[in-house]
Amino acid sequence: MSTVALPEYVHHYHDPAHADDRSFVRKYIFSTDHKIIGIQFLFMSLTFLLIGGLLAMLIRWQLGWPGRPLPGGAVLGETRMPGGIMLPEFYNSLMTMHGTIMIFFAVMPLLVGVFANYLIPLQVGAPDMAFPRLNMASFWLAVVSGILMFAGFFVEAGHAAAGWTSYAPLSVVPEYSGVYNGQVLWTVSLIILGFSSLAGAVNYITTIINMRAPGMTLLRLPLPTWALFITSILILLAIPVLTGALILLLFDQVLGTGFFIPEMGGEPLLWQHMFWYFGHPEVYILILPSFGFVSEIIANGARKPVFGYTAMVLALAAIAFLGWIVWGHHMFQSGMNPMLGVGFMATTMVIAVPTAIKVFNWIGTLWQGNLHFHSPMLYSLAFVSMFVIGGFSGVFLASTPVDIPLHDTYFVVAHIHYVLFGGSLFGIFAALTYWFPKMFGRTMNERINKIHFALTFVFFNLTFFPMHELGVNGMLRRVYDYTQYALFQDLVDLNRFISLSAFALFASQLIYAANYIWSLGRGARASANPWRANSLEWTVPSPPPHGNFDSMPVVYRGPYEYSSPESEEDYLPQDAPPAEAPRPEPAPTFA
Amino acid sequence: MSQAAAGAITLYPRRPMPGMGVYNLKLGMWVFLLSEVMFFSSLIGAYIILRFANLDAYAQPGAVLNVPLTAFNTFVLICSSVTMVKGFAALQTGDQRGTRLWLLATVFLGAFFLSVQGIEYYQLASEGFVPSASSYEAEGAAIYGMTFYTLTGFHGAHVTIGVLALIFTSVKAFRGGYTPTKLGGVEIMGLYWHFVDLVWIILFTIVYLI
Repeated sequence: MSTVALPEYVHHYHDPAHADDRSFVRKYIFSTDHKIIGIQFLFMSLTFLLIGGLLAMLIRWQLGWPGRPLPGGAVLGETRMPGGIMLPEFYNSLMTMHGTIMIFFAVMPLLVGVFANYLIPLQVGAPDMAFPRLNMASFWLAVVSGILMFAGFFVEAGHAAAGWTSYAPLSVVPEYSGVYNGQVLWTVSLIILGFSSLAGAVNYITTIINMRAPGMTLLRLPLPTWALFITSILILLAIPVLTGALILLLFDQVLGTGFFIPEMGGEPLLWQHMFWYFGHPEVYILILPSFGFVSEIIANGARKPVFGYTAMVLALAAIAFLGWIVWGHHMFQSGMNPMLGVGFMATTMVIAVPTAIKVFNWIGTLWQGNLHFHSPMLYSLAFVSMFVIGGFSGVFLASTPVDIPLHDTYFVVAHIHYVLFGGSLFGIFAALTYWFPKMFGRTMNERINKIHFALTFVFFNLTFFPMHELGVNGMLRRVYDYTQYALFQDLVDLNRFISLSAFALFASQLIYAANYIWSLGRGARASANPWRANSLEWTVPSPPPHGNFDSMPVVYRGPYEYSSPESEEDYLPQDAPPAEAPRPEPAPTFA
Repeated sequence: MSQAAAGAITLYPRRPMPGMGVYNLKLGMWVFLLSEVMFFSSLIGAYIILRFANLDAYAQPGAVLNVPLTAFNTFVLICSSVTMVKGFAALQTGDQRGTRLWLLATVFLGAFFLSVQGIEYYQLASEGFVPSASSYEAEGAAIYGMTFYTLTGFHGAHVTIGVLALIFTSVKAFRGGYTPTKLGGVEIMGLYWHFVDLVWIILFTIVYLI
């Protein structure tokens, strides 16, 4: 009988006979276990999500009641809110940091740092990541970067104020923005975060390609892993471009070069091209993992196989590829050659095709399913419906003639929040809730989750849908006090309504946070497979032990065999051996 | 390895382990080098755009930069790739002494390249070819100096990291850390080193010769 050469890491699988003798520090702080690193990322990014949300609330106060003192706002200090009245410089920092923190320190680590780390080895059947120590370095670099970014709030002249896109020369010349050290900290922090993302991406890609269990062919991978794989490729190739651009920006800021300063021969448009060459793949980095989570959860909630699994994978790949050739649609108004704009408009609209394939396949998965509306399912359905709205407004904005009047208005703000909050964040809520039992061995309170879902869904739409109206009326984003323009005087009421909805939206999130924290210690004990799901992570105890699997799992089928006639139950785990023994291999014949 | 795993796998002997058929370190290094390609592409792309936007700011090839010296230095770096290959080939045949000597030769050539680059920088700076606009005195404009030092500097930083890694690899080789069956460290060191060499050939062409 031929033998299979086993990889070296086979010794890293969980050995029940061997006690886990790692010290507390090695186990929970400087841990190389992918599950602990994922949970570390979880608490870091949830903290930043809360901070980013608070910044948004301050922005909404100023927009709802321009110039009115915020009760208790004076505690933020004379340089920010003297007497509770927000200074314009502080407003600029707030909107810059709301974007930066939400994108780089909340949504991106929540999607990739948390779930790529936690899920990939479990879903492919590996004991850990390919490079566990590099993985640990990835987390701690992110911490250093997060501390630097947060420290910017406390330096003289305030935090970065050039927007999350940091367009040069505004971000380079301190006289333009009034900010010096904050802007440098912003740049340095993101360079460090780039190394963290890169270390993660190398790990994820290597693990998925090389550490799959026997039988786990590429087209048997669960869709979250597929989505994270393609996201990792985007991170791997996009982040170095951002790093390159940031390094040139840093040289301009501190060394006196002028790569982006016109009077020194530099090119401000070069920054925009480099930033968006990274920035548009980044947009897909922020949504593709949610696509994966939602595909998994909708199949689970519908108790049906994912409709068009292969098409789902190919659509992910197509979106990722097209994402590289559309960056100029952020720059229709930048003074770039209009001929380029036509090409970018066409490629951007083509992205609607693979995206629509995914949406139709989600609907196809739901069609005639035995629907179970558990809370992750509700979040996933919210994801699909809200993402469709965001996708449609994206098609509007992709069209150059429509984009020219709508550029830099609240219509764009509405669009980004429909895809990033309505899309990514609902996907994150779905995933956080769905994998909570696996991560912590306990279950969240389902009733409170459903209340949170309903409130979030309602107040999300009340907050962001009217922003389309503001945008069509021409209200510009990033403006400290729009009431100074007579044109926008009559938008105060609508803005006030949005602000009140936003406060309610924020308050609703506290319900989820309280439920999450309470369930960590007090939730009902979870079984290994509470959702009756098929993929490999549900075959191990909740939470899984160090080393994940007692032995190398063997995979016999794809991950979405729900309601299969082969099984008594309505699910069929990937590693359950087929009922009948495989037919013997035919003896070789010699003609 | 537990018995269960062995049993489960030998049951289906024709079910191969999925993967690329290379060990993780090597695959990881290739993946990392892809990101390095994107990093240098972003810098080279910025260089090309800035140069086309400021055609007059760039002096004729050879007017400011010392091309013969750098051509010699390029030759040194290519030689260091050869010694790296020889070191890996020696390791594959189990020739420990050969491995150590060829690795040391690579360290030496890498350090030599960096020294020549340092001398070149010193000469250029003393002629007023500097990266900042305020003290620029050489032919061409300041943007020429900025792009030159950024591109060659980031390559130099990669060579420096490579030399440090080579010293680490050599020390490990002298302690007998590599064998013909356990040679991943030397192989991925070689991959990185050849990449740095390749980048230099591109940079030498577009920065010095064109």
